[in-house]
Amino acid sequence: MVEIKNHLENDIFTIFVIGEVDASSSIYLDESISEATKKHKKIMVNCQQLEYISSAGLGVFMSYINDLEDKGISLVIYGLSDKVKHVFQILGLDQLLKITVSEDEAKRMVNGIQV
Amino acid sequence: MLRQQNIIRLGVIMAIISWLVTLGSMYLTRFAQIHSGPMETYQFFSKVFLVIFIISIYLFYRNTTGNQGGFNITDLLWRVFVTGMVATIVSLTSNFLLNLLRNNELSNNPYFIDTIYHINTGLITTFLIATFSVWKRLILYQKTKWLVRFWNIFEYGLLGSAFIFFINTQLLTTPWIIGMSLLTLLGLVLGVNLKWVAYLNFKQKWKSILLILLIGLYIGYFFIILNRYGDNNAIIPTFNVLSLGIIGELFIFTFGYCVYSILVILFNLPTTSVFEQKLVEVVNFQKLSQSRNTGQNEEQVFYTLLDSSVSVTLANAAWLDIMNEQGQPMQTLYRQITSQERKEVLKCIEKSGMKPIQSSVPARHGKQNRFVAELRHDSFKSIVVIPLFIQDQYVASIALLKDVNEGFSREMIEIIRTFINQASISIENHRLLMEAIVNERYKEELKIAKRVQEGLMPKALHTNCDLEISTFSKAAAEVGGDYFDTYKISDECLAIIVGDVSGKGTSAAFHMSQMKGIFHSLVQLNLPIHEFIIKANNALSECLDRTSFITIAYFIIDSEKKTFRFSRAGHCPTLYYSSQENQVKFLEDNGLGLGILRDRQFDSYVEVNEISYQTGDILVLYTDGITEAKNSKNEEFGYERLKWLLEEKANLEAHDIKEAIVQGLYDFCGSHVIDDDVTLLIIKVK
Repeated sequence: MVEIKNHLENDIFTIFVIGEVDASSSIYLDESISEATKKHKKIMVNCQQLEYISSAGLGVFMSYINDLEDKGISLVIYGLSDKVKHVFQILGLDQLLKITVSEDEAKRMVNGIQV
Repeated sequence: MLRQQNIIRLGVIMAIISWLVTLGSMYLTRFAQIHSGPMETYQFFSKVFLVIFIISIYLFYRNTTGNQGGFNITDLLWRVFVTGMVATIVSLTSNFLLNLLRNNELSNNPYFIDTIYHINTGLITTFLIATFSVWKRLILYQKTKWLVRFWNIFEYGLLGSAFIFFINTQLLTTPWIIGMSLLTLLGLVLGVNLKWVAYLNFKQKWKSILLILLIGLYIGYFFIILNRYGDNNAIIPTFNVLSLGIIGELFIFTFGYCVYSILVILFNLPTTSVFEQKLVEVVNFQKLSQSRNTGQNEEQVFYTLLDSSVSVTLANAAWLDIMNEQGQPMQTLYRQITSQERKEVLKCIEKSGMKPIQSSVPARHGKQNRFVAELRHDSFKSIVVIPLFIQDQYVASIALLKDVNEGFSREMIEIIRTFINQASISIENHRLLMEAIVNERYKEELKIAKRVQEGLMPKALHTNCDLEISTFSKAAAEVGGDYFDTYKISDECLAIIVGDVSGKGTSAAFHMSQMKGIFHSLVQLNLPIHEFIIKANNALSECLDRTSFITIAYFIIDSEKKTFRFSRAGHCPTLYYSSQENQVKFLEDNGLGLGILRDRQFDSYVEVNEISYQTGDILVLYTDGITEAKNSKNEEFGYERLKWLLEEKANLEAHDIKEAIVQGLYDFCGSHVIDDDVTLLIIKVK
């Protein structure tokens, strides 16, 4: 089960993904990112409390890669646990998505400041 | 024990013989009287046989009167009535004959009078006993232990009284009178058992009154006739059957019960309709219950509910709204009302400023879930509306109308409630049944899908002389998204693929079959690995839905050059055991899952590597179903455990390594079910 919360500060829209994202709950993540990409240019995904993500969940992130580029949206994922990060790495998503550790760093990245 | 049929026959024969013997004894007594001879012996004989006659008749009726489980009350009464009629006709005819022959010598012949009298007594006794047997049936209509006991006392007492004369011919002694009075009293007390009256409908009650009235008249008439014979001294007093206690008792009892019955039936007439109404309720209730078993569809159940409710409440009109899933009226069934009138009624309710019907019903529980109101309408004066819920879903509402004020009592509403509950159960069952049928069909479809997918898995793995390969694959559901296959490109080169489709179940299975198609199309072209991966990605980009991707590990094993050439497209890193280094490591080269980038950008992420192998080297290809399998403590099996297992078992044959890893995996998970597809390939160099 997954719980998704949103938070808007200045122009940065943050999505909190809490719990486990599996085949059935990945729909909520998809909806939430889809909504965010319609309205916001700067999106951060807080995964500090994301315990598990299945391939279907990864598919959600994957499906926005082209979209983000086309619309010029900056999306940063941060706070991944080692285990979850490994899942991203195996699939190769770490090469395509902006993934970082801390919130501050994520903020800098989303604002377009290279670290 | 004598069979019942034999007892009946015996009764008839005994009755005829004893009747004839009694008649003979009477003649002999008469003869003795005329010739002043001793007649006590003949008198005694005639009495003995009269008692035998009575008992024979009694045995006959005891075994023929409504012994079957069910009997019709009016039929029984009708039989008694006919017996009485026959007796009356014979009696009237004989009297008429006597009158006709008044001046004839024959009418003064004592033998002739004795004969006529004896015929009369025979028939009257038969009639009385027939009546008695039927009354017994009616009194014991609803038996209780005590009722049967008291009845037996009465019946045996009555029979006993027939034998009294053997002891003492002097009738009017005090104990005799007391005994007979007690017996009479017991008979009259037992006579208050008139429960059968309640089960007659209106018509049957009238019929019964008429029949019992006539039976009563017969009894009265017979009593008068017998008395007249006695008074006229035409017969020898000892032959007077009225002097037998049992006959007197029978007269009192049968007549008394006639009076009771007529009075009780008369007083019951006004309430008959209530009883009949209750019966209608029961029948309707049964109808609704049965509709559950006969698998009627919803509309039929609604119709039954509507008709049942109308008939039990005697409503003048009714309608039933069937709601759709949003609780809005979808269809209306009408009974004795037009849709125009229905609109008028609804308008009336609105005008009168009452809460509209809809808003007063949604609560399933609680007393407010009904709507009762008086109407100012030309044809209808009162209305009751009750909703029907199934699993908290508002499914229908029934409205009943009457042309009088306050037409619906609380009892009626309660009964409709029970009907509605029953109908809910019927409909719910019907829905569940339909769901079950649909589910069953899905299951069948899935079984077919499973068979089809099993057909997609390689039946025999290609191999070459250098390798031994062992595999294990198990889908979490009927169908899964894991894929593995081999293809012999040339004598030296063997292609091996392991793939995993994102997601699970049916959607994954569809993509898996696409992967198989792509693999077999491309592998035949003998493309370099790099190109194979790119082309596979291009092809899948056109096939996969937006959020799906496939990870693969692709190997070409060259037995001539003794090399593994491989590429990892986002798949779990292959585990490799090098026998030379005696070391296990993951082949963590870079790569990207197929379908993640669906354009030329993908090309730059493809990486191909090569390892020279030696005897004893092992490749372990697998899917994340293994590494992500969890135990009850929510711990993952993980990469390390897999690595340890291989390190430990590296010297075994491929098949045994596979067995050890599968065993290790299931031991780790214990009772916790692995909820992902699991695939494992062990490739060992011989």
